[in-house]
Amino acid sequence: MLFTPNVIKNLLKKPVTRKYPFEVRAPFSNYRGELVIDINKCIFCGLCSRKCPSQCITVDKSSGTWQCDPHACVYCGLCRDNCPTKCLSMKDTHRKPVAEKVTWIEHGNPPKPKKRTVEAKPEPEVKPEPAPEAKPEAEVEAKPEVKVEAKTEAPVETKVEVKSEVEAKAKPKTKKSGKKGKKGGK
Amino acid sequence: MATTVIPFGPQHPVLPEPVHLTLKVEDEIVKEAIPALGYVHRGLEKLADIRDYHQMINVCERVCGICSMIHAVCYSQSIEELMGVEVPDRAKMLRIIWSELHRCHSHLLWLGLFADAFGFEALFMQFWRVRERIMDINEATTGSRVIVSVNVIGGVRADLSPEQIRWILSEIEIVEKEVRAMQDTIMNDYTVKSRTVGIGVMTKEQAWELGAAGPTLRGSGVAQDMRMTGYGAYGELDFEPVVETAGDCWARSTVRFREVLQSIDLVRQAIAKLPEGELATKVKGNPPEGEIFTRVEQPRGECVYYIRGNGTKHLDRLRIRTPTFANIPPLLGMLPGCELADVPVIVLSIDPCISCTER
Repeated sequence: MLFTPNVIKNLLKKPVTRKYPFEVRAPFSNYRGELVIDINKCIFCGLCSRKCPSQCITVDKSSGTWQCDPHACVYCGLCRDNCPTKCLSMKDTHRKPVAEKVTWIEHGNPPKPKKRTVEAKPEPEVKPEPAPEAKPEAEVEAKPEVKVEAKTEAPVETKVEVKSEVEAKAKPKTKKSGKKGKKGGK
Repeated sequence: MATTVIPFGPQHPVLPEPVHLTLKVEDEIVKEAIPALGYVHRGLEKLADIRDYHQMINVCERVCGICSMIHAVCYSQSIEELMGVEVPDRAKMLRIIWSELHRCHSHLLWLGLFADAFGFEALFMQFWRVRERIMDINEATTGSRVIVSVNVIGGVRADLSPEQIRWILSEIEIVEKEVRAMQDTIMNDYTVKSRTVGIGVMTKEQAWELGAAGPTLRGSGVAQDMRMTGYGAYGELDFEPVVETAGDCWARSTVRFREVLQSIDLVRQAIAKLPEGELATKVKGNPPEGEIFTRVEQPRGECVYYIRGNGTKHLDRLRIRTPTFANIPPLLGMLPGCELADVPVIVLSIDPCISCTER
């Protein structure tokens, strides 16, 4: 009985629900919908793939591919927020359902290591601090020779120096690109 | 009298969640209930091994599909405390706003399901209609209806603009008005009362001994609410826990109904006290070695996170105790002696969230 006023009110009003497929509510402006990428702006840094909680993005810098499994994406928007060039964005509508699994692959042009040759000049001095990633190869290649002379120094530094030596011999270019390429590859 | 065994669940018309109860029945009176869980185990805690501690926020959000915000808040708070990160005041208040909106829509959802459990489908639809406004607030302000994903370690990553705040205030006013219009029905209606009053009674002592949590505990007259500990910015807000003393299904539904109104009030208070400032502090490094317990109040009760860091970006251990897990022993205490037809109502009265419980 207590519900009667509500019932009468509802009888006199229009239904709250929409006739969905024919009548669609306008999407909210910041709804996290389908992910889109402007591949031309992408620098293949791989930050999106490292931030992605569902690990659905794979970035390969050497071949210039940006890959996403849209079925694994959880639409959190973290890749979009962390993208340094703002090449990722989200539509305000969700993806259309599909019957088959697809992998979404984009091909782009990764930035040439040209810039880095310019940067490479001051590098030999700067290098000693930030190179823990490049350790393994440097160690394998050059440990025996250098270890003797560099024993008194701190261990990290020796390795890094070794690496810079080795690389300086091989190619002055590869120093930084090697580091960054690795990151992107992961 | 011979004992009949009746299986209840995991697929049952009233149960939105897969819990199985083996009911031993004598002449329509339940004598014993044996629970079986494990139908939706997803192994989310184990994911801490392969996801770093930032990504784990998004995993923790998915522990529960209804109170995702509060799980994320609990997780972020633990990591922040472990790492000694100071959260900006604005972020704390924003977290409260979204947490209370989540509590509000979770209770409205439950009130609808509860009405459905005793066969009042019209009331069910009314509650869910009102709830939709809150879902819209969530979607418009955060970008998603349920899994809001606004928490980051050190703060939040979404903000409320003045227009949005005005819109939220006008929306929750409508919600409050519409919810109040249903107050008499859910609390005083004759048919509703005949299905809920005196059903599944749990005394204060029983509730305390069996370790009930949340509205199940408060419905039995124990004034325990984790928000009273003042975590986040709750210390700055003015509220007191909602308590009913009857300990039956009616009391538990009334507690939840009054908490909807309380949440709306808390949203208003938080908006009034929303300070200006930063949204998030930058966090550097990894969680250090050490362990931490965090307790927050979820719609279903007290939720506990235990986290052990080991100095790397992966956590050593993540353990979640959800309120429904605490509420299963009280449920088993309530069932013996009730009639078979009342079992759905009693089971729903603890607001079971089994996917939370099994993670």
